Amino acid sequence: MRRMITAIVNNSSGVLNRISGVLTRRQFNIDSISVGPTEKKGISRITIVVQIDSLYEIEQVTKQLNKQIDVIKVSDISDEPHLERELALVKLNAPAGIRAEILSVIEPFRGNIVDVGSKTVVVQVTGSSSKIDAFVDIVRPYGIKQMARTGTTGFTRSSK
Amino acid sequence: MSEVCTTGEAKNGSSLLIEALQKQKVEMIFGYPGGAVLPLYDTLYEGAIPHILVRHEQGAVHAAEGYAKVTGKPGVVIVTSGPGATNALTGIADAMSDSLPLVVFTGQVTTPGIGKDAFQEADVMGLTMPITKNNYQIRDINELPRVINEAFHIANTGRKGPVVIDLPKDMTIIETSCPKSDKVRLPSYQPTVMPNNLQINKLMKVLEKSKKPVILAGAGIIHAKASPELIEFAEKYEIPVLTTLLGLGTIPYDHELFLGMGGMHGSFAANMALTECDLLINIGSRFDDRLASAPGEFAPNAKVAHIDIDPAEIGKIIETQIPIVADAKETLKKMLGVEIVHPNSHDWKKVNLSRKHLHPFSYDRKNQTEIKPQRVIEIIGQITKGEAIVVTDVGQHQMWTAQFYPFKYQNQFVTSGGLGTMGFGIPAAIGAKLAMPDKEVVLFVGDGGFQMTNQELAILNEYHLDIKFVLLNNQSLGMVRQWQESFFGGRHSQSVFKTQPDFIKLAEAYHIKGVKITRSETLEAELIAAFKEKGSVLIEVAVSTTEHVLPMVPAGKPNYQMIGVE
Repeated sequence: MRRMITAIVNNSSGVLNRISGVLTRRQFNIDSISVGPTEKKGISRITIVVQIDSLYEIEQVTKQLNKQIDVIKVSDISDEPHLERELALVKLNAPAGIRAEILSVIEPFRGNIVDVGSKTVVVQVTGSSSKIDAFVDIVRPYGIKQMARTGTTGFTRSSK
Repeated sequence: MSEVCTTGEAKNGSSLLIEALQKQKVEMIFGYPGGAVLPLYDTLYEGAIPHILVRHEQGAVHAAEGYAKVTGKPGVVIVTSGPGATNALTGIADAMSDSLPLVVFTGQVTTPGIGKDAFQEADVMGLTMPITKNNYQIRDINELPRVINEAFHIANTGRKGPVVIDLPKDMTIIETSCPKSDKVRLPSYQPTVMPNNLQINKLMKVLEKSKKPVILAGAGIIHAKASPELIEFAEKYEIPVLTTLLGLGTIPYDHELFLGMGGMHGSFAANMALTECDLLINIGSRFDDRLASAPGEFAPNAKVAHIDIDPAEIGKIIETQIPIVADAKETLKKMLGVEIVHPNSHDWKKVNLSRKHLHPFSYDRKNQTEIKPQRVIEIIGQITKGEAIVVTDVGQHQMWTAQFYPFKYQNQFVTSGGLGTMGFGIPAAIGAKLAMPDKEVVLFVGDGGFQMTNQELAILNEYHLDIKFVLLNNQSLGMVRQWQESFFGGRHSQSVFKTQPDFIKLAEAYHIKGVKITRSETLEAELIAAFKEKGSVLIEVAVSTTEHVLPMVPAGKPNYQMIGVE
């Protein structure tokens, strides 16, 4: 099962090393990991998407992560209402004749063309990982030259 | 926010470091110099803090562990960069496994050289990350005093453990007149010390209804110095107590309620109590696999209460119904404060005590043709009246010591439990003796482990230490040999030494007295004589070369499936 863990950490050297070390040691399969600053100076958010077999495992790894001195708080937000977003850049084969078609295909995904070359275009698309997976499946027949994905980031929704 | 300059005087990093250690009341440093720590050792030359020069960096860390174990205070180590640091790794991992507080300074190449494969460079941050509670590399000299204070705070609070400070050489040389505040501010590290009252009440309610309660006492009690509270609580409700290996000493061996150590080489009474209890109160044990070899079949009828200062231990191995994250002493105090009806567990207590008397640890006492190692430990238990600080190495002799030495008090037993580090014994005994010079210190060591760190014997005369080294020589790696005989058809693959050094001459080479005992008839008299000698003595005893540690719960089997119960 797919779980999304967020960790609020001190932005100190080695903290990412410690976190990935804990995950590796417990033999977790990491789908994605993304790191960036938060609203507080010196504090970063790490978002980790993992595949696990049981909730027991996630409880264990959450505790192990919380134990690290530079980790302030770790939560498994999978079951809470939350926002998650990923950004993908996809360079597509786009000879002049089919550019209009590509435009119409990416439109429902709210994809934007952010770079145009003589034979290719680069599409930027954001959303949940599953939306991006769906987008990639749709555009694959045109020929994907290059792709970069940021990995998922996010947090829980505001209480209503 | 600007930092307040407290002094105008410029000081270099080495001086700041020594000052910070003095502020922490560091009594001694275990270490070994080298290129990257030359400036630091130059400052130490003035003798502000006594320094114990070991003969190998592994010895420095084990000695610091011995010091930490008997005092409860952090052991301090300084080693140089590269090989100095890598030699220290075994000891650091050992301390991590047994939650011993250490602050280890590793020299590092100068800042510009880091990451460029400089001479004697090793990636100490990477190497020590998984075996430390936390590690630091000093990048700003002004932060050194704070980092040192943080390191001591982290090492010695919560679940204790080793902290490494990697110290680039330039950081020990450059001067500052304005170090930043040394105040510890760790909002992300706030260990829970006080227990939750609701959980305490829940536990006491379950205890009230319990017919078969038992207490499992682990090293957490020793770290919290909670032995008196443990004994008071057990006595108040007449609850039988078993310990882990590292929990030995939390309750005296001759206490009516003490069932012995549990687990792989534990007592029949302890393992049966674990199997049959309806309430297991685990205080400060992490359900190590040498205790709970088959977690699925462990304490199958019991509600489990687990008191641990480390929340990550709760539910890690054994499902827990009553988790209490707190310090063992504070929890026991609270438990003593809640009044409940005495549980109806009289029959249970009787069953346990009778098992203890019917099936004590045993060996073939009638056999006088060879020296039984268990008898050596029993006799030394009598000679030292169970009062000595007892240090062991790892292997058969360690288990026999756990079974047959009459432990009386907490912090008495120094042994490598979690990591099982052969070579731990000699330096740990030296560290323990340096920490407690007025205490009698006895080391039990095998002929295998002895040869891993015997270079540290060189320290003995330098500091006039009186340690009795009891070398139980069975000409083999006894525990390996035992497993080969039990599980590998008796094929002694590399477990029997074909040649051995003359240990007595080796002792003499280090200017300490050596005594060799080979005859069963004179064993007791010779041991008594050797223990009367002033100063360190190496007492080599030629023991049985075929003896097994029994009883034994084979790995992966439930605790009641013991072999070799008499």
